[in-house]
Amino acid sequence: MNQSTNTSKILTHVFIIVFGLFMLYPVVWMVTSSFKPETLIFSSPSIFSKEWTLDNYTNGWNVVRNVNFGQFFKNSFMISIIAVLANLITCSMAAYAFARLKFPLKKLWFACMLMTIMLPAHATLIPQYTIFHNLDWINTILPLTVPKLLATDAFFIFLMVQFFRGIPRELDESAIMDGCGIFQIYTRIIMPLAVPVLITTAIFTFIWTWDDFFSQILYLNTVDTFTVPLGLRLFLDSQGESSWGSVFAMSVLSLIPITTVFFIFQRYIVEGIATTGIKG
Amino acid sequence: MKGSEALETTTIKKKSKINKERRKQYIAAYVFLLPWLIGFLGLILGPMISSLYLSFTRFDLLSTPEWIGLANFQEMFQDDRWIASAKVTLTFVFVAVPTQLVAALLVAVLLNKKMMGVGFYRTTYYLPSLLGGSVAIAILWKNLFEIDGLINQVLAFFNIQGQGWISHPDYALGTIIILATWQFGASMVIFLAGLKQIPKELYEAAAVDGGTKPQVFFRITLPLLSPVIFFNLVIELIKSIQVFTSAFIISEGTGGPINSTLFYTLYLYQKGFTQFEMGYASAMAWILVFVLGVMTLLIFFSSKYWVHYEDGGKL
Repeated sequence: MNQSTNTSKILTHVFIIVFGLFMLYPVVWMVTSSFKPETLIFSSPSIFSKEWTLDNYTNGWNVVRNVNFGQFFKNSFMISIIAVLANLITCSMAAYAFARLKFPLKKLWFACMLMTIMLPAHATLIPQYTIFHNLDWINTILPLTVPKLLATDAFFIFLMVQFFRGIPRELDESAIMDGCGIFQIYTRIIMPLAVPVLITTAIFTFIWTWDDFFSQILYLNTVDTFTVPLGLRLFLDSQGESSWGSVFAMSVLSLIPITTVFFIFQRYIVEGIATTGIKG
Repeated sequence: MKGSEALETTTIKKKSKINKERRKQYIAAYVFLLPWLIGFLGLILGPMISSLYLSFTRFDLLSTPEWIGLANFQEMFQDDRWIASAKVTLTFVFVAVPTQLVAALLVAVLLNKKMMGVGFYRTTYYLPSLLGGSVAIAILWKNLFEIDGLINQVLAFFNIQGQGWISHPDYALGTIIILATWQFGASMVIFLAGLKQIPKELYEAAAVDGGTKPQVFFRITLPLLSPVIFFNLVIELIKSIQVFTSAFIISEGTGGPINSTLFYTLYLYQKGFTQFEMGYASAMAWILVFVLGVMTLLIFFSSKYWVHYEDGGKL
Protein backbone atom coordinates (compact mmCIF):
# COMPACT_ATOMS: atom_id res chain seq x y z
CA MET A 1 0.00 0.00 0.00
CA ASN A 2 2.63 2.48 1.13
CA GLN A 3 4.95 1.55 -1.70
CA SER A 4 2.25 2.10 -4.33
CA THR A 5 1.36 5.57 -2.99
CA ASN A 6 5.05 6.42 -3.05
CA THR A 7 5.35 5.34 -6.67
CA SER A 8 2.29 7.32 -7.61
CA LYS A 9 3.74 10.36 -5.83
CA ILE A 10 6.97 10.05 -7.77
CA LEU A 11 5.05 9.60 -11.02
CA THR A 12 3.06 12.77 -10.29
CA HIS A 13 6.28 14.69 -9.70
CA VAL A 14 7.84 13.34 -12.88
CA PHE A 15 4.76 14.21 -14.91
CA ILE A 16 4.55 17.73 -13.50
CA ILE A 17 8.24 18.40 -14.09
CA VAL A 18 8.33 16.98 -17.62
CA PHE A 19 5.15 18.80 -18.62
CA GLY A 20 6.43 22.03 -17.06
CA LEU A 21 9.74 21.78 -18.93
CA PHE A 22 7.85 21.08 -22.14
CA MET A 23 5.77 24.22 -21.63
CA LEU A 24 8.63 26.51 -20.79
CA TYR A 25 11.06 25.07 -23.34
CA PRO A 26 10.20 27.56 -26.12
CA VAL A 27 10.83 30.52 -23.80
CA VAL A 28 14.13 29.10 -22.53
CA TRP A 29 15.10 28.35 -26.13
CA MET A 30 14.38 31.96 -27.11
CA VAL A 31 16.53 33.23 -24.23
CA THR A 32 19.54 31.05 -25.11
CA SER A 33 19.05 31.61 -28.85
CA SER A 34 19.37 35.33 -28.28
CA PHE A 35 23.00 34.65 -27.27
CA LYS A 36 23.80 32.41 -30.24
CA PRO A 37 25.36 33.59 -33.49
CA GLU A 38 22.61 34.17 -36.06
CA THR A 39 23.70 31.23 -38.18
CA LEU A 40 23.57 28.73 -35.32
CA ILE A 41 20.06 29.57 -34.03
CA PHE A 42 18.23 27.31 -36.45
CA SER A 43 20.92 24.68 -36.82
CA SER A 44 19.43 22.62 -34.00
CA PRO A 45 16.48 22.78 -31.58
CA SER A 46 18.89 22.52 -28.66
CA ILE A 47 19.23 25.22 -26.04
CA PHE A 48 23.01 24.72 -26.00
CA SER A 49 25.58 26.07 -28.38
CA LYS A 50 29.31 25.91 -29.07
CA GLU A 51 29.57 29.66 -29.47
CA TRP A 52 27.99 32.50 -27.53
CA THR A 53 27.77 36.16 -28.53
CA LEU A 54 26.23 39.50 -27.59
CA ASP A 55 25.99 40.66 -31.22
CA ASN A 56 22.23 40.13 -31.34
CA TYR A 57 21.82 42.58 -28.49
CA THR A 58 23.97 45.31 -30.00
CA ASN A 59 22.40 44.84 -33.45
CA GLY A 60 18.87 44.69 -32.14
CA TRP A 61 19.27 47.68 -29.85
CA ASN A 62 19.74 49.98 -32.85
CA VAL A 63 16.84 48.66 -34.87
CA VAL A 64 16.24 51.83 -36.90
CA ARG A 65 18.35 54.83 -37.65
CA ASN A 66 18.29 57.67 -35.07
CA VAL A 67 16.09 55.83 -32.57
CA ASN A 68 17.07 52.83 -30.48
CA PHE A 69 15.50 50.61 -27.88
CA GLY A 70 16.71 52.95 -25.13
CA GLN A 71 14.08 55.41 -26.31
CA PHE A 72 11.40 52.70 -26.52
CA PHE A 73 12.15 51.55 -22.99
CA LYS A 74 12.04 55.13 -21.76
CA ASN A 75 8.62 55.63 -23.37
CA SER A 76 7.27 52.34 -22.05
CA PHE A 77 8.47 53.03 -18.50
CA MET A 78 7.11 56.56 -18.58
CA ILE A 79 3.63 55.40 -19.61
CA SER A 80 3.56 52.41 -17.26
CA ILE A 81 4.78 54.30 -14.19
CA ILE A 82 2.34 57.17 -14.70
CA ALA A 83 -0.43 54.61 -15.18
CA VAL A 84 0.50 52.85 -11.94
CA LEU A 85 0.57 56.06 -9.88
CA ALA A 86 -2.63 57.32 -11.48
CA ASN A 87 -4.51 54.10 -10.82
CA LEU A 88 -3.30 53.94 -7.23
CA ILE A 89 -4.51 57.45 -6.48
CA THR A 90 -7.71 57.86 -8.46
CA CYS A 91 -9.06 54.31 -8.13
CA SER A 92 -8.51 54.36 -4.38
CA MET A 93 -10.23 57.74 -4.12
CA ALA A 94 -13.32 56.44 -5.90
CA ALA A 95 -13.21 53.22 -3.91
CA TYR A 96 -13.02 55.17 -0.63
CA ALA A 97 -16.13 57.14 -1.54
CA PHE A 98 -18.02 53.95 -2.47
CA ALA A 99 -16.86 51.95 0.52
CA ARG A 100 -17.06 54.51 3.31
CA LEU A 101 -18.98 57.70 2.48
CA LYS A 102 -22.68 58.46 2.11
CA PHE A 103 -23.82 60.59 -0.78
CA PRO A 104 -26.80 61.03 -3.10
CA LEU A 105 -26.98 58.75 -6.20
CA LYS A 106 -24.43 56.38 -4.65
CA LYS A 107 -26.28 53.24 -5.78
CA LEU A 108 -26.63 54.51 -9.34
CA TRP A 109 -22.96 55.38 -9.68
CA PHE A 110 -21.91 52.11 -8.11
CA ALA A 111 -24.03 50.16 -10.60
CA CYS A 112 -22.49 52.19 -13.45
CA MET A 113 -19.02 51.38 -12.17
CA LEU A 114 -19.78 47.65 -12.01
CA MET A 115 -21.20 47.72 -15.53
CA THR A 116 -18.04 49.22 -16.98
CA ILE A 117 -15.95 46.32 -15.67
CA MET A 118 -17.46 43.94 -18.19
CA LEU A 119 -17.86 46.41 -21.04
CA PRO A 120 -15.47 45.66 -23.95
CA ALA A 121 -13.26 48.65 -24.71
CA HIS A 122 -14.45 48.52 -28.33
CA ALA A 123 -17.81 50.02 -27.34
CA THR A 124 -16.13 53.35 -26.60
CA LEU A 125 -13.18 53.04 -28.97
CA ILE A 126 -14.12 55.19 -31.95
CA PRO A 127 -15.49 58.21 -30.01
CA GLN A 128 -12.53 58.08 -27.61
CA TYR A 129 -10.18 58.12 -30.57
CA THR A 130 -12.12 61.04 -32.06
CA ILE A 131 -11.88 62.97 -28.79
CA PHE A 132 -8.11 62.42 -28.50
CA HIS A 133 -7.68 63.22 -32.17
CA ASN A 134 -9.56 66.50 -31.79
CA LEU A 135 -7.50 67.39 -28.72
CA ASP A 136 -4.40 66.79 -30.86
CA TRP A 137 -3.18 64.09 -28.46
CA ILE A 138 -2.25 61.50 -31.10
CA ASN A 139 1.48 60.62 -30.87
CA THR A 140 1.65 61.75 -27.26
CA ILE A 141 1.40 59.65 -24.12
CA LEU A 142 -1.79 61.46 -23.05
CA PRO A 143 -4.35 59.02 -24.57
CA LEU A 144 -2.58 56.22 -22.70
CA THR A 145 -2.30 57.96 -19.33
CA VAL A 146 -5.18 60.45 -18.95
CA PRO A 147 -7.82 57.65 -18.87
CA LYS A 148 -5.95 56.17 -15.90
CA LEU A 149 -5.95 59.57 -14.17
CA LEU A 150 -9.72 59.45 -14.59
CA ALA A 151 -9.97 56.01 -12.96
CA THR A 152 -11.41 54.23 -16.00
CA ASP A 153 -9.97 50.87 -14.85
CA ALA A 154 -13.11 50.11 -12.88
CA PHE A 155 -11.90 46.62 -12.09
CA PHE A 156 -9.38 48.00 -9.62
CA ILE A 157 -12.01 50.25 -8.00
CA PHE A 158 -14.13 47.19 -7.40
CA LEU A 159 -11.15 45.28 -5.99
CA MET A 160 -10.39 48.16 -3.59
CA VAL A 161 -14.01 48.61 -2.52
CA GLN A 162 -14.05 44.96 -1.50
CA PHE A 163 -10.83 45.39 0.44
CA PHE A 164 -11.76 48.70 2.11
CA ARG A 165 -15.05 47.19 3.33
CA GLY A 166 -13.00 44.65 5.26
CA ILE A 167 -11.16 47.33 7.23
CA PRO A 168 -12.96 47.67 10.62
CA ARG A 169 -15.10 50.80 10.88
CA GLU A 170 -14.11 51.19 14.55
CA LEU A 171 -10.76 52.45 13.27
CA ASP A 172 -12.53 55.27 11.41
CA GLU A 173 -14.57 56.13 14.49
CA SER A 174 -11.61 56.29 16.83
CA ALA A 175 -9.82 58.42 14.25
CA ILE A 176 -12.79 60.81 14.23
CA MET A 177 -12.53 60.98 18.05
CA ASP A 178 -8.93 61.97 17.60
CA GLY A 179 -10.05 64.78 15.36
CA CYS A 180 -9.41 63.25 11.94
CA GLY A 181 -11.55 64.45 9.07
CA ILE A 182 -12.72 62.51 6.02
CA PHE A 183 -9.50 63.20 4.17
CA GLN A 184 -7.25 62.12 7.05
CA ILE A 185 -9.14 58.86 7.44
CA TYR A 186 -8.34 58.16 3.81
CA THR A 187 -4.65 59.02 4.06
CA ARG A 188 -3.90 57.78 7.59
CA ILE A 189 -6.22 54.81 8.13
CA ILE A 190 -7.46 53.35 4.85
CA MET A 191 -4.44 53.70 2.57
CA PRO A 192 -1.80 52.35 5.01
CA LEU A 193 -4.00 49.34 5.80
CA ALA A 194 -4.76 48.68 2.14
CA VAL A 195 -1.17 48.02 1.08
CA PRO A 196 -1.84 44.46 -0.19
CA VAL A 197 -4.60 45.53 -2.57
CA LEU A 198 -2.54 48.57 -3.63
CA ILE A 199 0.37 46.29 -4.50
CA THR A 200 -1.90 44.00 -6.50
CA THR A 201 -3.24 47.02 -8.37
CA ALA A 202 0.23 48.41 -9.01
CA ILE A 203 1.58 45.12 -10.35
CA PHE A 204 -1.28 44.40 -12.71
CA THR A 205 -1.54 47.98 -13.91
CA PHE A 206 2.15 47.85 -14.72
CA ILE A 207 1.96 44.53 -16.57
CA TRP A 208 -1.22 45.34 -18.48
CA THR A 209 -0.05 48.82 -19.46
CA TRP A 210 3.34 47.50 -20.56
CA ASP A 211 1.61 44.90 -22.76
CA ASP A 212 -1.26 47.08 -23.97
CA PHE A 213 -0.33 46.72 -27.63
CA PHE A 214 -3.78 47.68 -28.94
CA SER A 215 -3.85 51.17 -27.38
CA GLN A 216 -0.22 51.76 -28.24
CA ILE A 217 -0.63 50.89 -31.89
CA LEU A 218 -3.69 53.14 -32.07
CA TYR A 219 -2.23 56.24 -30.51
CA LEU A 220 1.53 56.10 -31.16
CA ASN A 221 2.48 56.32 -34.83
CA THR A 222 5.85 58.07 -34.94
CA VAL A 223 9.01 56.09 -34.18
CA ASP A 224 10.24 58.42 -31.43
CA THR A 225 7.02 57.86 -29.44
CA PHE A 226 7.14 54.06 -29.84
CA THR A 227 6.96 51.77 -26.86
CA VAL A 228 8.87 48.49 -26.54
CA PRO A 229 6.08 46.32 -28.05
CA LEU A 230 5.83 48.71 -31.02
CA GLY A 231 9.62 48.62 -31.35
CA LEU A 232 9.50 44.83 -31.55
CA ARG A 233 6.92 45.04 -34.28
CA LEU A 234 9.36 47.14 -36.33
CA PHE A 235 11.46 44.01 -36.86
CA LEU A 236 8.58 42.24 -38.55
CA ASP A 237 8.00 45.22 -40.83
CA SER A 238 11.45 46.39 -41.76
CA GLN A 239 14.03 43.66 -41.72
CA GLY A 240 12.01 40.62 -42.61
CA GLU A 241 12.85 37.35 -40.98
CA SER A 242 16.56 37.32 -41.64
CA SER A 243 17.46 38.73 -38.23
CA TRP A 244 15.74 36.45 -35.74
CA GLY A 245 18.73 36.76 -33.41
CA SER A 246 18.15 40.48 -32.88
CA VAL A 247 14.39 39.97 -32.61
CA PHE A 248 14.89 37.38 -29.90
CA ALA A 249 17.40 39.55 -28.06
CA MET A 250 15.02 42.51 -27.87
CA SER A 251 12.07 40.24 -27.08
CA VAL A 252 13.99 38.87 -24.12
CA LEU A 253 14.79 42.40 -22.93
CA SER A 254 11.14 43.39 -23.30
CA LEU A 255 10.10 40.60 -20.93
CA ILE A 256 12.60 41.53 -18.20
CA PRO A 257 10.60 44.33 -16.49
CA ILE A 258 7.46 42.19 -16.21
CA THR A 259 9.39 39.14 -15.02
CA THR A 260 11.29 41.21 -12.46
CA VAL A 261 8.10 42.70 -11.04
CA PHE A 262 6.66 39.20 -10.92
CA PHE A 263 9.52 37.67 -8.98
CA ILE A 264 9.78 40.56 -6.51
CA PHE A 265 6.06 40.52 -5.71
CA GLN A 266 5.38 36.87 -6.46
CA ARG A 267 3.69 36.21 -3.13
CA TYR A 268 1.25 39.05 -3.64
CA ILE A 269 0.55 38.05 -7.22
CA VAL A 270 -0.34 34.43 -6.68
CA GLU A 271 -2.27 35.23 -3.48
CA GLY A 272 -3.93 38.14 -5.26
CA ILE A 273 -5.08 35.97 -8.14
CA ALA A 274 -6.33 33.30 -5.80
CA THR A 275 -8.37 35.64 -3.64
CA THR A 276 -9.60 38.15 -6.20
CA GLY A 277 -9.75 36.28 -9.47
CA ILE A 278 -7.51 38.76 -11.27
CA LYS A 279 -5.75 37.36 -14.32
CA GLY A 280 -2.28 37.82 -15.72
CA MET B 1 -42.88 77.95 27.74
CA LYS B 2 -39.50 79.49 27.60
CA GLY B 3 -37.85 76.15 28.40
CA SER B 4 -39.52 74.35 25.51
CA GLU B 5 -38.59 77.15 23.16
CA ALA B 6 -34.99 76.87 24.22
CA LEU B 7 -35.17 73.11 23.69
CA GLU B 8 -36.58 73.67 20.22
CA THR B 9 -33.81 76.02 19.23
CA THR B 10 -31.17 73.58 20.42
CA THR B 11 -32.73 70.71 18.46
CA ILE B 12 -32.90 72.95 15.42
CA LYS B 13 -29.30 73.87 15.99
CA LYS B 14 -28.43 70.21 16.40
CA LYS B 15 -30.38 69.31 13.28
CA SER B 16 -28.73 72.02 11.28
CA LYS B 17 -25.38 70.87 12.61
CA ILE B 18 -26.13 67.31 11.51
CA ASN B 19 -27.33 68.61 8.17
CA LYS B 20 -24.17 70.62 7.86
CA GLU B 21 -22.08 67.55 8.71
CA ARG B 22 -24.00 65.51 6.18
CA ARG B 23 -23.62 68.12 3.48
CA LYS B 24 -19.91 68.26 4.23
CA GLN B 25 -19.71 64.50 3.73
CA TYR B 26 -21.64 64.71 0.45
CA ILE B 27 -19.25 67.31 -0.85
CA ALA B 28 -16.21 65.36 0.31
CA ALA B 29 -17.61 62.18 -1.27
CA TYR B 30 -18.05 63.88 -4.62
CA VAL B 31 -14.55 65.32 -4.42
CA PHE B 32 -13.20 61.79 -3.96
CA LEU B 33 -15.45 60.52 -6.73
CA LEU B 34 -14.68 63.35 -9.13
CA PRO B 35 -11.86 61.81 -11.24
CA TRP B 36 -13.90 58.65 -11.77
CA LEU B 37 -17.08 60.62 -12.47
CA ILE B 38 -15.38 62.74 -15.13
CA GLY B 39 -13.85 59.61 -16.66
CA PHE B 40 -17.13 57.72 -16.58
CA LEU B 41 -19.18 60.50 -18.15
CA GLY B 42 -16.52 61.78 -20.55
CA LEU B 43 -14.66 58.64 -21.60
CA ILE B 44 -17.23 55.87 -21.15
CA LEU B 45 -20.90 56.88 -21.04
CA GLY B 46 -20.56 59.74 -23.53
CA PRO B 47 -18.51 57.69 -26.01
CA MET B 48 -20.89 54.74 -25.62
CA ILE B 49 -23.88 56.83 -26.67
CA SER B 50 -21.83 58.49 -29.37
CA SER B 51 -20.59 55.18 -30.80
CA LEU B 52 -24.16 53.86 -30.83
CA TYR B 53 -25.10 56.89 -32.91
CA LEU B 54 -22.04 56.50 -35.15
CA SER B 55 -23.00 52.91 -35.90
CA PHE B 56 -25.92 54.31 -37.93
CA THR B 57 -23.71 56.68 -39.88
CA ARG B 58 -20.91 56.84 -42.41
CA PHE B 59 -17.97 58.48 -40.67
CA ASP B 60 -14.30 58.88 -41.63
CA LEU B 61 -13.03 60.90 -38.64
CA LEU B 62 -12.54 64.15 -40.58
CA SER B 63 -15.93 64.95 -42.11
CA THR B 64 -19.22 65.07 -40.21
CA PRO B 65 -21.03 61.72 -39.76
CA GLU B 66 -23.71 61.05 -42.35
CA TRP B 67 -26.85 59.20 -41.19
CA ILE B 68 -27.39 56.01 -43.20
CA GLY B 69 -29.80 54.10 -40.96
CA LEU B 70 -29.23 50.37 -40.76
CA ALA B 71 -26.95 50.25 -43.82
CA ASN B 72 -23.82 49.34 -41.81
CA PHE B 73 -25.56 46.37 -40.24
CA GLN B 74 -27.01 45.23 -43.57
CA GLU B 75 -23.61 45.53 -45.20
CA MET B 76 -22.04 43.43 -42.46
CA PHE B 77 -24.14 40.38 -43.17
CA GLN B 78 -23.10 40.50 -46.82
CA ASP B 79 -19.44 41.22 -46.10
CA ASP B 80 -17.43 38.03 -46.59
CA ARG B 81 -14.60 39.28 -44.43
CA TRP B 82 -16.99 40.19 -41.61
CA ILE B 83 -18.55 36.72 -41.78
CA ALA B 84 -15.07 35.17 -41.80
CA SER B 85 -14.02 37.25 -38.78
CA ALA B 86 -17.13 36.27 -36.81
CA LYS B 87 -16.47 32.62 -37.62
CA VAL B 88 -12.80 32.82 -36.62
CA THR B 89 -13.58 34.44 -33.27
CA LEU B 90 -16.45 32.07 -32.46
CA THR B 91 -14.32 29.04 -33.38
CA PHE B 92 -11.55 30.38 -31.20
CA VAL B 93 -13.89 31.02 -28.26
CA PHE B 94 -15.59 27.61 -28.50
CA VAL B 95 -12.31 25.70 -28.78
CA ALA B 96 -9.80 27.71 -26.75
CA VAL B 97 -11.96 28.47 -23.69
CA PRO B 98 -12.96 24.84 -22.93
CA THR B 99 -9.48 23.43 -23.67
CA GLN B 100 -7.88 26.03 -21.47
CA LEU B 101 -10.28 25.43 -18.61
CA VAL B 102 -9.92 21.64 -18.81
CA ALA B 103 -6.12 21.90 -18.79
CA ALA B 104 -6.26 24.35 -15.88
CA LEU B 105 -8.57 22.09 -13.89
CA LEU B 106 -6.56 18.91 -14.46
CA VAL B 107 -3.25 20.47 -13.48
CA ALA B 108 -4.88 22.18 -10.48
CA VAL B 109 -6.19 18.82 -9.23
CA LEU B 110 -2.70 17.34 -9.66
CA LEU B 111 -1.10 20.21 -7.74
CA ASN B 112 -3.72 20.25 -4.99
CA LYS B 113 -1.74 17.85 -2.84
CA LYS B 114 0.69 18.23 -0.06
CA MET B 115 3.99 17.63 -1.80
CA MET B 116 7.43 19.07 -2.10
CA GLY B 117 7.91 22.01 -4.42
CA VAL B 118 4.23 22.82 -4.96
CA GLY B 119 4.93 26.55 -4.79
CA PHE B 120 7.64 26.22 -7.41
CA TYR B 121 5.41 24.18 -9.73
CA ARG B 122 2.59 26.66 -9.32
CA THR B 123 4.91 29.51 -10.34
CA THR B 124 6.23 27.55 -13.32
CA TYR B 125 2.74 26.87 -14.66
CA TYR B 126 1.65 30.44 -14.01
CA LEU B 127 4.56 32.01 -15.94
CA PRO B 128 3.06 31.55 -19.44
CA SER B 129 -0.03 33.53 -18.34
CA LEU B 130 2.23 36.31 -17.20
CA LEU B 131 4.24 36.47 -20.42
CA GLY B 132 1.66 35.29 -22.96
CA GLY B 133 -0.02 38.62 -23.63
CA SER B 134 3.18 40.24 -24.85
CA VAL B 135 4.29 40.97 -28.38
CA ALA B 136 7.54 39.14 -27.57
CA ILE B 137 5.78 35.81 -27.02
CA ALA B 138 3.59 36.33 -30.10
CA ILE B 139 6.79 36.82 -32.11
CA LEU B 140 8.29 33.69 -30.57
CA TRP B 141 5.13 31.76 -31.47
CA LYS B 142 5.30 32.96 -35.05
CA ASN B 143 8.85 31.68 -35.21
CA LEU B 144 8.09 28.34 -33.53
CA PHE B 145 5.50 27.38 -36.15
CA GLU B 146 7.28 28.65 -39.26
CA ILE B 147 8.47 26.17 -41.87
CA ASP B 148 12.01 26.09 -40.43
CA GLY B 149 10.89 26.84 -36.88
CA LEU B 150 11.54 24.94 -33.67
CA ILE B 151 8.43 22.74 -33.90
CA ASN B 152 9.38 21.38 -37.30
CA GLN B 153 12.95 20.81 -36.19
CA VAL B 154 11.74 18.71 -33.30
CA LEU B 155 9.33 16.89 -35.63
CA ALA B 156 12.20 16.24 -38.05
CA PHE B 157 14.07 14.63 -35.18
CA PHE B 158 11.25 12.06 -35.06
CA ASN B 159 11.32 11.82 -38.86
CA ILE B 160 8.06 13.66 -39.30
CA GLN B 161 7.83 16.11 -42.18
CA GLY B 162 6.32 19.36 -40.86
CA GLN B 163 5.03 22.31 -42.81
CA GLY B 164 4.59 26.08 -42.55
CA TRP B 165 1.87 25.99 -39.92
CA ILE B 166 1.50 29.77 -39.81
CA SER B 167 1.15 30.07 -43.59
CA HIS B 168 -1.38 27.25 -43.97
CA PRO B 169 -5.03 28.39 -43.69
CA ASP B 170 -6.06 25.11 -42.03
CA TYR B 171 -3.51 25.36 -39.23
CA ALA B 172 -2.82 29.07 -38.59
CA LEU B 173 -5.77 29.51 -36.21
CA GLY B 174 -4.68 26.33 -34.41
CA THR B 175 -1.33 27.89 -33.50
CA ILE B 176 -3.15 30.80 -31.84
CA ILE B 177 -5.46 28.40 -29.99
CA ILE B 178 -2.37 26.56 -28.71
CA LEU B 179 -0.92 29.88 -27.57
CA ALA B 180 -4.12 30.63 -25.62
CA THR B 181 -4.22 27.14 -24.10
CA TRP B 182 -0.57 27.49 -23.12
CA GLN B 183 -1.68 30.31 -20.81
CA PHE B 184 -3.92 28.17 -18.61
CA GLY B 185 -1.94 29.08 -15.47
CA ALA B 186 -4.07 32.00 -14.30
CA SER B 187 -7.25 29.91 -14.35
CA MET B 188 -5.32 27.11 -12.67
CA VAL B 189 -4.39 29.34 -9.74
CA ILE B 190 -8.05 30.26 -9.28
CA PHE B 191 -9.05 26.57 -9.43
CA LEU B 192 -6.41 25.81 -6.80
CA ALA B 193 -7.92 28.42 -4.50
CA GLY B 194 -11.35 26.86 -5.07
CA LEU B 195 -10.09 23.34 -4.39
CA LYS B 196 -8.73 24.47 -1.03
CA GLN B 197 -12.26 25.52 -0.02
CA ILE B 198 -13.72 22.02 -0.41
CA PRO B 199 -14.16 20.51 3.09
CA LYS B 200 -11.79 17.59 3.71
CA GLU B 201 -14.52 15.67 5.57
CA LEU B 202 -16.30 15.06 2.29
CA TYR B 203 -13.27 13.27 0.88
CA GLU B 204 -12.83 11.30 4.11
CA ALA B 205 -16.48 10.27 4.02
CA ALA B 206 -16.10 9.21 0.39
CA ALA B 207 -13.02 7.14 1.29
CA VAL B 208 -15.00 5.40 4.05
CA ASP B 209 -17.79 4.63 1.58
CA GLY B 210 -15.21 3.19 -0.81
CA GLY B 211 -15.67 5.75 -3.61
CA THR B 212 -13.33 5.34 -6.59
CA LYS B 213 -11.19 8.22 -7.79
CA PRO B 214 -13.38 9.11 -10.79
CA GLN B 215 -16.48 8.91 -8.57
CA VAL B 216 -14.93 11.28 -6.06
CA PHE B 217 -13.93 13.67 -8.84
CA PHE B 218 -17.32 13.73 -10.56
CA ARG B 219 -19.53 13.59 -7.45
CA ILE B 220 -17.58 15.80 -5.04
CA THR B 221 -14.81 17.85 -6.64
CA LEU B 222 -16.64 18.94 -9.78
CA PRO B 223 -19.96 19.99 -8.20
CA LEU B 224 -18.29 21.82 -5.34
CA LEU B 225 -15.95 23.55 -7.74
CA SER B 226 -18.76 24.63 -10.08
CA PRO B 227 -18.95 28.24 -8.80
CA VAL B 228 -15.25 28.64 -9.62
CA ILE B 229 -15.75 27.01 -13.02
CA PHE B 230 -18.56 29.47 -13.64
CA PHE B 231 -16.35 32.41 -12.70
CA ASN B 232 -13.45 31.25 -14.86
CA LEU B 233 -15.79 30.58 -17.77
CA VAL B 234 -17.18 34.13 -17.75
CA ILE B 235 -13.74 35.73 -17.39
CA GLU B 236 -12.18 33.62 -20.14
CA LEU B 237 -15.13 34.27 -22.47
CA ILE B 238 -14.75 38.03 -22.08
CA LYS B 239 -11.00 37.79 -22.55
CA SER B 240 -10.92 35.49 -25.56
CA ILE B 241 -13.66 37.22 -27.54
CA GLN B 242 -11.39 40.29 -27.56
CA VAL B 243 -8.08 38.62 -28.53
CA PHE B 244 -5.98 40.92 -30.69
CA THR B 245 -2.20 41.01 -30.11
CA SER B 246 -1.37 37.41 -30.98
CA ALA B 247 -3.48 37.45 -34.15
CA PHE B 248 -2.06 40.79 -35.21
CA ILE B 249 1.59 39.78 -34.76
CA ILE B 250 1.30 36.25 -36.11
CA SER B 251 -0.52 37.34 -39.27
CA GLU B 252 1.45 40.60 -39.50
CA GLY B 253 -1.80 42.55 -39.26
CA THR B 254 -3.45 40.90 -42.27
CA GLY B 255 -5.57 38.20 -40.63
CA GLY B 256 -4.33 35.81 -43.30
CA PRO B 257 -3.73 33.32 -44.80
CA ILE B 258 -7.15 33.54 -46.50
CA ASN B 259 -8.72 35.30 -43.47
CA SER B 260 -8.02 32.26 -41.30
CA THR B 261 -6.74 34.39 -38.41
CA LEU B 262 -8.94 37.41 -39.09
CA PHE B 263 -10.14 37.81 -35.52
CA TYR B 264 -13.18 40.04 -35.02
CA THR B 265 -11.20 42.74 -33.20
CA LEU B 266 -8.49 42.63 -35.86
CA TYR B 267 -11.06 43.25 -38.60
CA LEU B 268 -12.60 46.01 -36.49
CA TYR B 269 -9.16 47.60 -36.24
CA GLN B 270 -8.60 47.32 -39.99
CA LYS B 271 -12.00 48.85 -40.77
CA GLY B 272 -11.72 51.65 -38.24
CA PHE B 273 -8.07 52.58 -38.38
CA THR B 274 -6.62 51.57 -41.74
CA GLN B 275 -9.70 52.11 -43.94
CA PHE B 276 -11.20 54.78 -41.63
CA GLU B 277 -14.71 53.37 -41.99
CA MET B 278 -15.46 54.38 -38.42
CA GLY B 279 -19.23 54.12 -38.65
CA TYR B 280 -18.88 50.52 -39.79
CA ALA B 281 -16.35 49.84 -37.03
CA SER B 282 -18.74 51.27 -34.43
CA ALA B 283 -21.52 49.04 -35.71
CA MET B 284 -19.14 46.08 -35.44
CA ALA B 285 -18.29 47.06 -31.87
CA TRP B 286 -21.96 47.10 -30.88
CA ILE B 287 -22.52 43.66 -32.40
CA LEU B 288 -19.59 42.47 -30.28
CA VAL B 289 -21.08 44.01 -27.13
CA PHE B 290 -24.47 42.48 -27.97
CA VAL B 291 -23.13 38.97 -28.63
CA LEU B 292 -20.92 39.03 -25.54
CA GLY B 293 -23.88 40.24 -23.48
CA VAL B 294 -26.15 37.45 -24.78
CA MET B 295 -23.49 34.79 -24.17
CA THR B 296 -22.85 36.04 -20.64
CA LEU B 297 -26.57 36.08 -19.88
CA LEU B 298 -26.93 32.53 -21.22
CA ILE B 299 -24.16 31.39 -18.90
CA PHE B 300 -25.82 33.18 -15.99
CA PHE B 301 -29.24 31.66 -16.68
CA SER B 302 -27.84 28.19 -17.28
CA SER B 303 -25.86 28.42 -14.06
CA LYS B 304 -28.82 27.43 -11.88
CA TYR B 305 -28.81 24.03 -13.59
CA TRP B 306 -25.14 23.27 -13.14
CA VAL B 307 -23.61 25.61 -10.57
CA HIS B 308 -23.88 24.23 -7.07
CA TYR B 309 -23.83 26.73 -4.21
CA GLU B 310 -23.20 25.57 -0.67
CA ASP B 311 -25.68 28.05 0.75
CA GLY B 312 -28.49 27.00 -1.57
CA GLY B 313 -28.01 29.34 -4.52
CA LYS B 314 -27.79 32.80 -3.01
CA LEU B 315 -25.23 34.81 -4.91
